[in-house]
Amino acid sequence: MTDLSTTRRRLVVCGLAGAGLALPGAAAAFAQAPRAAGRKLVVIILRGALDGLAALAPLGERRYGELRGELALAGGLPAPGPFVFHPALETLSGLFASGEALAAHAIATDYRERSHFEAQDRLEAATPAIRDGWMNRALALMGSDAPGAVGVGQSMPLLLRGSAPASTWAPAVLPGADDDTISRLMDLYALDPMLGPALARALETDAAASAMSAMSGEPGMAGLGARGAGPQAYGLIADAAGNILTAPGGPDAAVLSFDGWDTHVRQGAREGQLAVRLGALDGAISALRQRLSQDWDRTAILVVTEFGRTVRINGAGGTDHGTGAAAFLMGGAVRGGRIIGDWPGLDRLHEDRDLVPANDLRSLFKGVLAEHWGLNRADLERSVFPGAGAARPFEGLIA
Amino acid sequence: MSARDAAIAVNRFGLGARPGDIETAASDPHGWLAAQIDPSAIPGPAQGPTAREGLVYLQTEYPRLRQSIERSGADPEDIQRQVREFLREPRLAHIAWRTGAAVTTQHGFAERWVRFWSNHFSVSSTSLQTAVAAPTLEAEVIRPNAFGAFSDLLRAAQLHPAMLIYLDQALSVGPNSIAGRFLDRGINENLARETLELHTLGAGGGYTQGDVEALARLLTGWTVGGPRLRSAREDYGRAVFDERLQEPGAQPLLGQRFAGEGPQRAHEALDFIAARPQTARHLSSKLARHFLADDPAPRDIAHIETAWLQTGGDLAAVARAVITAPSAFDPALNKFKTPEEFLISSLRAVGAPAPNPRQLYGGYMALGQAPFSAPSPAGWPDHAEAWASPDAVLKRLDYATALAARVGRESRPRERAIAVLGPVLSEATGLAIARAETPEQGLTLLLMSPEFQRR
Repeated sequence: MTDLSTTRRRLVVCGLAGAGLALPGAAAAFAQAPRAAGRKLVVIILRGALDGLAALAPLGERRYGELRGELALAGGLPAPGPFVFHPALETLSGLFASGEALAAHAIATDYRERSHFEAQDRLEAATPAIRDGWMNRALALMGSDAPGAVGVGQSMPLLLRGSAPASTWAPAVLPGADDDTISRLMDLYALDPMLGPALARALETDAAASAMSAMSGEPGMAGLGARGAGPQAYGLIADAAGNILTAPGGPDAAVLSFDGWDTHVRQGAREGQLAVRLGALDGAISALRQRLSQDWDRTAILVVTEFGRTVRINGAGGTDHGTGAAAFLMGGAVRGGRIIGDWPGLDRLHEDRDLVPANDLRSLFKGVLAEHWGLNRADLERSVFPGAGAARPFEGLIA
Repeated sequence: MSARDAAIAVNRFGLGARPGDIETAASDPHGWLAAQIDPSAIPGPAQGPTAREGLVYLQTEYPRLRQSIERSGADPEDIQRQVREFLREPRLAHIAWRTGAAVTTQHGFAERWVRFWSNHFSVSSTSLQTAVAAPTLEAEVIRPNAFGAFSDLLRAAQLHPAMLIYLDQALSVGPNSIAGRFLDRGINENLARETLELHTLGAGGGYTQGDVEALARLLTGWTVGGPRLRSAREDYGRAVFDERLQEPGAQPLLGQRFAGEGPQRAHEALDFIAARPQTARHLSSKLARHFLADDPAPRDIAHIETAWLQTGGDLAAVARAVITAPSAFDPALNKFKTPEEFLISSLRAVGAPAPNPRQLYGGYMALGQAPFSAPSPAGWPDHAEAWASPDAVLKRLDYATALAARVGRESRPRERAIAVLGPVLSEATGLAIARAETPEQGLTLLLMSPEFQRR
């Protein structure tokens, strides 16, 4: 990256809830011991690349209308500086207004190509070698103090793969096996390094979820497709995650995947395909807010995507794979009401097509892990984000 | 050890043993596989509407239906529901046909070969149009070309209506073409990018963003005929070349200059990419990963790659290389079955009549791999980590339990275990089955055993 310092403008915005400096003493005190206990961390991965310029639109930028064409919004929900939230993001903007949500714009990993698959791997691994996920490495680092973690969906997200134990959970559709068959199968899997641990963890998670479901008297999540994580499923996935996270003895960390953000064609503006997805995302946030109400003060929800989209509208009323994206952090534990990091503006674009990646997602990940779970800085740099020293953690994210 | 080789031939390279299959293959396991490298061994033709029939319905009948319902004042939700219903039956019937073909075929290797390429050129149902077209690419492109030249397969796949729609090529317009200048429309580079990244050279295959853009320009002109383009009626729903969309001028792609015009230009560019050594390398690795191991040995990849390069991508020769790879008959079961492989091999093993199309589809959904709905253009993943999550194992157990309940007292798990696993059956599994409380429980344990879950 070249001379950003001369072109980018410092985003000097006081948030709606007022901004302040981080208290240096506070972080040090937390570093002592299991700060993580009971502190919920939910990561929502928007797979396919959310158009950050639609979610948090820089309406006040000189070139906004010209570059965005028919994708330009005429207005939106209040946000600081040149920005508005997309009208479909009511819950998120409400949390922002009450100081419980913050946003980062023009943010990306260090990956600069435009493949979804590679970019999602980089987002989750946070290293060029794709072996395990940064969240799993953080859990491994915490050892016996580590909270339980669950991927909601049928397959384990890379973010949770690695040496630390993690489970997956998706609702059953077919009638289940009886306990006797299960225990015989457990015996048969005793020497199987893959199937044995997998079945054991599945049974633990299933027990926690069904206990909770029985207590709340809810009909279960039969509507949730086995694979599909499209907009109609976001709310159901969030409900399921809320149930699991609040079950007695349930996990404190969850990873959710919402698919369907790759809006190459007819993206729409105030209404349309992307607006439907944003509305469903907002509904999922609202569902998590409700289900986690007892734990809200100790909750942080991170919403991220693999990269941004082209600033200009393409020939099909959509946008193509880009670079700088938007990310959101919300929850009762979050010191919100602000847009953090640098804003590069739209006058100069990355490769003359993308939002300049002025901020590093790893700075956000590090900040959250340091302040929410109390991981110390040296361990984070060495074991969780090796080789990413240049991405200095954001500070003052968590109250 | 030819009984063990036969079990491996049938289970690893085929779609799983039916009782009797291992005996059939035992006299010459390798010959049993090699004989299937023949277009006549591929099941077909498929049932269900063609891509063209389905798309023409959406282009002509569907708007009429909408109009008549709107005039009658019906709820628009109602229209959507009616159309979905209309599309659902043929789709379920097609999936049932395809499953039945896999469950009953004697040529499991040929059918697995088809499915590998179908997943390689994956098209998912992401819209009404792709819902109609997605199942047709396998039937119309893969089955006829599976043992031919890769360049023919590539060309047919990239320029099939399902792919043109799925990866947005149908909407791509050369900005300096006639249509581009008048309509102010532009390039969509989605198909070009996935062609290079997924279908040919592979990520890291030495191409640049400039090559993606050049290929996108070279592909312009190719679209799907219909009322939008004012095509001739007989071109509705077909892949057509429309010169009004083609970007004029020579394009440099991977160091080669493509200067021609007309429909041939895209063909020449695709042929050129198909013949790149990076394509041979990428696909040889992917084949080794599918047939042999998640992390295949370099010498196995090299064996397949040599055949590919020597024959210019003759897929019959490549298939012969796959079954003669150094590790082809390695006794270690390195591949964990995908949900679809598990579902089909379990139906082959129990010999039960396939459930009705709706139940069958429910089974695929519950196991997490409904046909023609891969999560991305990369197709379904082909490594154990993606499929062996705790919840997925539990879903397989639920599925096996339900299947065994359906087979009931006829499960005969002890005999069946020997018949479908042969010498691969472990002592521990044999013992667990023998000790089962009921035949159903024994069959469940067989289907869930470590050696049945792998190949």
